Amino acid sequence: MHTVAATHDERKAQYFWVWGALLILTGVEVFLAYERFFQPVRMLEVLMVLSVIKAALIIAYFMHLKFEVPFMRFILMAAIVACLCLMCIFFADAMRILSLGVK
Amino acid sequence: MADAAVHHDIAGVYEPSLFGTYSKKIGMWLFLASDSLTFGALLFAYSYGRVSNPSWPTPFGKESIINATIMTACLLSSSLTMVLGVLAAHRGDKSRTRNWLFATMFFGAAFVVLHGMEWSKLIHEGMTPFTNPWAPSVPQFGGTFFTLTGMHMLHVTIGVIYLGVVALRKKFLPVLLLLWLIGWLATPASNVFHLGVHVLLIGAVVAAMVLFLHPKDYDSHDVEVSGLYWHFVDLVWMFIFPLVYLMSTRV
Repeated sequence: MHTVAATHDERKAQYFWVWGALLILTGVEVFLAYERFFQPVRMLEVLMVLSVIKAALIIAYFMHLKFEVPFMRFILMAAIVACLCLMCIFFADAMRILSLGVK
Repeated sequence: MADAAVHHDIAGVYEPSLFGTYSKKIGMWLFLASDSLTFGALLFAYSYGRVSNPSWPTPFGKESIINATIMTACLLSSSLTMVLGVLAAHRGDKSRTRNWLFATMFFGAAFVVLHGMEWSKLIHEGMTPFTNPWAPSVPQFGGTFFTLTGMHMLHVTIGVIYLGVVALRKKFLPVLLLLWLIGWLATPASNVFHLGVHVLLIGAVVAAMVLFLHPKDYDSHDVEVSGLYWHFVDLVWMFIFPLVYLMSTRV
């Protein structure tokens, strides 16, 4: 039978696992960057994927979003991700400057 | 004028919470959503500059990367202590909650000090918001770097003050004023943090207004809401660290 104390202990263990995973992922990022493991564009992709995994772990477990109602999870994440992705539209202009110069 | 007062059946007047949780938490989530767009715009500005300038400088050597990695470990550890504080608060253990909050504040303060040292080193090498010694044709490097990391440092500082208020309430005010005074007197007048440390004074004034105008005992919900803010600060750094530091290594 699950007691309140047992649930707290499970949560605590879970937090330590997440913390360990975040530290390991950070170590992997530093190693890849320090050794220049990939070409810059591929490196950026790999680092961003690792960062998104770390962000998801923090939001889900440390910020407890995993334990909130599905409606809250969907509304918050969909709104933030959509707005942040929309900003990336302008990167096309940064590329234009590279190939055409400022006009 | 009608003399009869209108009586509401209070339980029926208010709709249930949209997200099935208490309003303070929803308020903090909405603030964090808007703040994530602020940081998103700053990260975008930095990345735009980087993509459109092939000669973008890579000034971060081994020492800087080690420093930034320790800073990252500090923030990740502070998130662990914060979440353990929230757990203790939900259990009703006030003493442990306070101790975990102190540990979180310690890691946060360590992050700010290490970041301040990093800034001082870069400024000493000749970097300003308008120029940098590594790529004179890319003046926007300094501007975007200092704005992005400065905004984050400000958030961490506000977070430490916020946690101090939740942990100690009015007792935190003299501690904060003492820290401001020590910081102000200990930094040379030529150092950027001689002015920057006044953030602590402004924080003390705002905290005093909150504590004296709306005195209350902070419960487990308040600890959880402050934790949401703290984890967000950690979350933002998870993107600044690789984008600004790891993508600009000079090793």
